[in-house]
Amino acid sequence: MSQELAIDVRGLVKRFGSKTAVDGVDIQMPRGEVWGFLGPNGSGKTTTIRMICGLLRASEGEGQCLGYDIRSEADRIKSKTGYMTQKFSFWSDMTIRENIEFVARLYRLPHTRKVVDETLDKLGLTHRQHQLAGALSGGWKQRMALAAVTMHDPQLLLLDEPTAGVDPQARREFWDEIHELSLQGMTVLVSTHYMDEAERCDRIVYLANGHKIVEGTVSDVIDRSGLVTFRGEGPDVRHLAKQLKGQPGLDHVAYFGAALHVSGEDREKIRSVLDAHSGHDVAWQEVRPSLEDAFIALMAEAGEDTREHA
Amino acid sequence: MTQRVAPLFRMWAVFLKETVQMRRDRLTFAIMFGMPIIQLILFGYAINLNPKHLPAALLVEEQTPIVRTLVQSLESSDYYDFVLQTADPMESSDLLARGEVTFVVSFPAGFTRELVRGERPQILIEADASDPAAASGAVSQAQQVLERALRHDIKGPLAQFGRAPPAFELVVHQKYNPEAKTSYNIVPGLLGVILTMTLVMITSIAMTREVEQGTMENLLAMPARPAEVMLGKILPYVAVGAGQTALILIAARVLFDVPFAGAFWILLLGVSVFVIANLSLGFTFSTIAGSQMQAMQLTFFYFLPSMLLSGFMFPFRGMPAWAQTLGEVLPLTHFLRIVRGVMLKDASLAQLQSPLLALCAFTLVVMTVAMVRYRRTLD
Repeated sequence: MSQELAIDVRGLVKRFGSKTAVDGVDIQMPRGEVWGFLGPNGSGKTTTIRMICGLLRASEGEGQCLGYDIRSEADRIKSKTGYMTQKFSFWSDMTIRENIEFVARLYRLPHTRKVVDETLDKLGLTHRQHQLAGALSGGWKQRMALAAVTMHDPQLLLLDEPTAGVDPQARREFWDEIHELSLQGMTVLVSTHYMDEAERCDRIVYLANGHKIVEGTVSDVIDRSGLVTFRGEGPDVRHLAKQLKGQPGLDHVAYFGAALHVSGEDREKIRSVLDAHSGHDVAWQEVRPSLEDAFIALMAEAGEDTREHA
Repeated sequence: MTQRVAPLFRMWAVFLKETVQMRRDRLTFAIMFGMPIIQLILFGYAINLNPKHLPAALLVEEQTPIVRTLVQSLESSDYYDFVLQTADPMESSDLLARGEVTFVVSFPAGFTRELVRGERPQILIEADASDPAAASGAVSQAQQVLERALRHDIKGPLAQFGRAPPAFELVVHQKYNPEAKTSYNIVPGLLGVILTMTLVMITSIAMTREVEQGTMENLLAMPARPAEVMLGKILPYVAVGAGQTALILIAARVLFDVPFAGAFWILLLGVSVFVIANLSLGFTFSTIAGSQMQAMQLTFFYFLPSMLLSGFMFPFRGMPAWAQTLGEVLPLTHFLRIVRGVMLKDASLAQLQSPLLALCAFTLVVMTVAMVRYRRTLD
């Protein structure tokens, strides 16, 4: 059973002093998939990932990662997972090559020299291998980190906001790489704030205030939200946005680029509100709610952060 | 008006920010106030530039009232504490070589008879001059103390021997350092001081640097065990310690003419254990400190007593008993015994056994603490 699941954890709780960062999270993630881990800042994504890979001891709850107990077999889990931290955590005062070599040696990869050469080559950093890692741009740092944490061919890859602060082009290439790794059979759990990245995942886990709010495919999550969304475009949307906010029946009013999305649960109520404000130069059209609409709704549903903070 | 006081307000803003940050760093705060108190008490009471109650051995081959009176007078001068009385010269000189006594006072066989005959017999004081400062006070007092003892304490028919010129001849042997050169004492000691300072400091930031630069999480996420990390981090500096040792020993020879009486391999053994002891201690500090700054403070906090209570700057035997006990905990104390023992006294391995074992025990304890303190998780 657990051989089919890369991650199988139940009731994970993590307390730091009197503060509860994660409060009863269950994850059953099959091998070979790419899952997105979403939620606002401080929702417990990083803490959950750290508990899964044995970097933090769970206060409560139990489970396995790659069939190993997360409480007692952290060493084994570490040797079979690749974990990329949120903040760049390689050695800035060592060259790119030295960093890669260090990782290769720690994992006792045979033929270190050859493996390092190949990794650098695949990365396209062979000509810059003697530069200090600290001198790399944000995007390159992330690519180097990804290369370093996948060198030992882990079965599970945990990526904590790997594309934060990375330009769109580099982000796209980074995700192409993730799908490439997935095709090779790697299981990938990646946390992100970007909706387009979330949409490239097989499934999504949405966390808020340390609780798991929803889990499913993108369309599952959208359907589950039960939203009806209208999209308005035109020169007057900015004036209109202020007036529409807080109107009965309109749960969320939010910008999507230059357009305005209004969402609610009752189609007729939204229609009547929009009709009442028809004097503006805005064209309305019902659209399928986007993932972001669903998340804004979920976030509002999750309500205030009720966890105690020390 | 407001323009004029603007600098004051900005200064006030910085002042408040600094106060907040200072209070937040508890360890720094504790060290800023704890250190002066500890130093005052420790060093104020412990350090004694005119050391008294130094341990001495008595080598006598006869027990007569006159000898007893003379010994009594030395003892009551407060400079000499006779810890052992023997008739075996091997035993007393072994104690001197080990550094367990600072003096050996000998009354030769037939002393009393020669004194009575007016033949001016010798009283021999062998002083351990590997630390000239320790011995000088007691030695300079000896003549006067002994003369006065003969003059005042001996009554009756023997009283005549108390008159000048003294009826005995006091011979002082400054052993191990006949010219009482301070550099012979200081330079080998500096080897220990320099190794202590640099090696503890370097390794004390070993882990804190990883934490501060955010690389700790990465290191923990990879399969490296605590002992592997510790040894891996310590070993490069063993080479640094070896280099420093070579440099200092060459300087001791070329610049200061310090003799090297003993076996080099014994010193090498001592230095090796001492270097590892210091590196382990530094590593332990780095598992306790929260930042590189705190690690530096801990190092400094450790370094001062090492300098002052180890016998490097002030005579170890001249300190009160409690301070000596504290000093026994410091690796530098034991290393000084080894380095001075080998270089100046030609001490044998057996004679240096106890400081060597003490260093090993220290290392073992400190490494265990480091392993317990080493964080395997980010909790």
